[in-house]
Amino acid sequence: MKSRIAFIVYLVVMIMPIYWLINMSLQTNSEILGELSFWPKNLTFDNYLNILTDESWYMGYVNSMTYVFMNMAISLTVALPAAYAFSRYKFVGDKHLFFWLLTNKMAPPAVFALPFFQLYSSVGLFDTHIAVALAHTLFNVALAVWILEGFMSGVPKEIDETAYIDGYSFPKFFLKIYIPLIRSGIGVTAFFLFMFSWIELLLARTLTATEAQPIQAIMTRTQGASGIDWGTLAAAGVLTIVPGILVVYFVRNHIAKGFALGRT
Amino acid sequence: MSWMHWTGPTAGFFISIALILTGMTVWQYFSPSIERKGFLPISTTRGDRLFIGLLTSAFIHLAFIGVTELHVLVATAVSAVWMVILMRWG
Amino acid sequence: MNKIENNKAWFFVIPVFVVVAFSAVIPLMTVVNYSVQDIFGVNSAFWTGTEWYREMLRNPDLQAALLRQFAFSFAILAIEVPLGIGIALLMPKKGWAASAALVLVAMPLLIPLNVVGTIWQILARTDIGLLGWALSESGVDYNINANAVDAWFTIILMDVWHWTPLIALLSYSGLRAIPDAYYQAARIDRASRWAVFRYIQLPKLTNVLVIGVLLRFMDSFMIYAEPFVLTGGGPGSSTTFLSQALTTMAVAQFDLGPAAAFSIIYFLIILAVSWVFYTAIMTLQKDKSAQQ
Repeated sequence: MKSRIAFIVYLVVMIMPIYWLINMSLQTNSEILGELSFWPKNLTFDNYLNILTDESWYMGYVNSMTYVFMNMAISLTVALPAAYAFSRYKFVGDKHLFFWLLTNKMAPPAVFALPFFQLYSSVGLFDTHIAVALAHTLFNVALAVWILEGFMSGVPKEIDETAYIDGYSFPKFFLKIYIPLIRSGIGVTAFFLFMFSWIELLLARTLTATEAQPIQAIMTRTQGASGIDWGTLAAAGVLTIVPGILVVYFVRNHIAKGFALGRT
Repeated sequence: MSWMHWTGPTAGFFISIALILTGMTVWQYFSPSIERKGFLPISTTRGDRLFIGLLTSAFIHLAFIGVTELHVLVATAVSAVWMVILMRWG
Repeated sequence: MNKIENNKAWFFVIPVFVVVAFSAVIPLMTVVNYSVQDIFGVNSAFWTGTEWYREMLRNPDLQAALLRQFAFSFAILAIEVPLGIGIALLMPKKGWAASAALVLVAMPLLIPLNVVGTIWQILARTDIGLLGWALSESGVDYNINANAVDAWFTIILMDVWHWTPLIALLSYSGLRAIPDAYYQAARIDRASRWAVFRYIQLPKLTNVLVIGVLLRFMDSFMIYAEPFVLTGGGPGSSTTFLSQALTTMAVAQFDLGPAAAFSIIYFLIILAVSWVFYTAIMTLQKDKSAQQ
């Protein structure tokens, strides 16, 4: 019982900042700046309507979602075979290759922003969704390999061997038997890929101008000459949380099932 | 490619890193290294010692540049000696 | 699991290798090239050798930013790891409550970095923000734009709020993977709550915690958007962390050479710390499994 209460206290404290954002998003700017109100006294949905009816606003969400899902697809496609190799075989340079993948997560995006800009401009990909998706593989691929490898190590090798004896070819075995077996792992990995790509700002902003501009970059326009449009900013902020909540909702059972990620 | 601003020395640097890696891979393929324990606190393979050597060499260079007025080639010489010691007895 | 030795496994790794080489190696080489030159435009650059490195290593502002960065990273790790494990232990284990708790706990993780900064910037205001208002009503002279202690307190609180859920989720999953038989055995032995945690739960958490701690270390060491939005690095430069110092140099002053040299140093530091940590954990685990 005590633990239940402690957990609820934590939840309340944790949700408070988000509640405050929602609270602001439902007020007019004059009410926000007028006096501190714990709930909207003149409830208004204008801030949300502004965003959802203006193409230059809502396209930001579409752009962000597009490159995030592209990134998830690319990262999973290349990481699945690699994670399989790491979990099943020893090969020349395996440990070093693994650590090298990890080092890419350590490169400060602030450093890479400019070379990335140059690189993607020179191959004609500047201001496209695929550019951001590729740039985000920098940190997401290593993570995907790491998490998937943990799940795959938990699958007994006898399964592979039995499938080969039964006459399965490798691609057929991998797609028909192996991938369904590590479904949970793919779900959990997808969640982490989504998360890190969705919240990233620096690279996404550097690599786009107008066509593929992420929502985070569009939000800065609420800072106009006449001050900050707090209501719209808050509403845009609330809307950035929604896709994430949907993703967590879909993978909640995979996370709840548990994973220990045995990497040896 | 011009935006990459290549210079002779940096190109040489990356080519030698690539050559070392290729060489180590070939060596490892024909005569696999066995993990052993030297003066380092962990047991290492040849590849581990190479990595440790390169990383520490980078820091040796930074230390020389940051603290002393000596020419950078002095740091390179010290690193080379250190690399040999590490690969042989590490 | 004993793995088979087979160098053909490299074929499985080639796609990852190609993608990462394209998105990491080419930019990294470019940064190295920048760091030894003074660059004025696409076609004019002068060789400067190690000059930028010398300048950066001796720059007192950057040294201060580096120390600040270490202080920050270790502070948040010291808070987030125990707190995250604690929350994981408290989370409901079954039924709809478990699902609801997961979704709620994960929420802060899914907010874009600059939105996190904005949320806390609002919260910290004494006129329209809950935190600032509550603190100043209770008589604390709270002002993140004038008082460095307040700014640090708020940034750490923000990071703990944003990232503790990551440790909590990973730990929660690690705990769920422990078979019930272990707990039953502990009950028969009349093991104390602490003994259960120390000898059953914590060992099972090691692997997920390695991921959690490494991710938190790397990401906190590169923190940029959140403090930038919240305090802009101030008051003075009391909350200017490495990434911000770097971005100011690279973008605002357009000084590519020094910024590149600085980034190489930055990268080497993260690399060294992460490698030591990673190797230490892996060695410990190998010793443990050798004993068993």
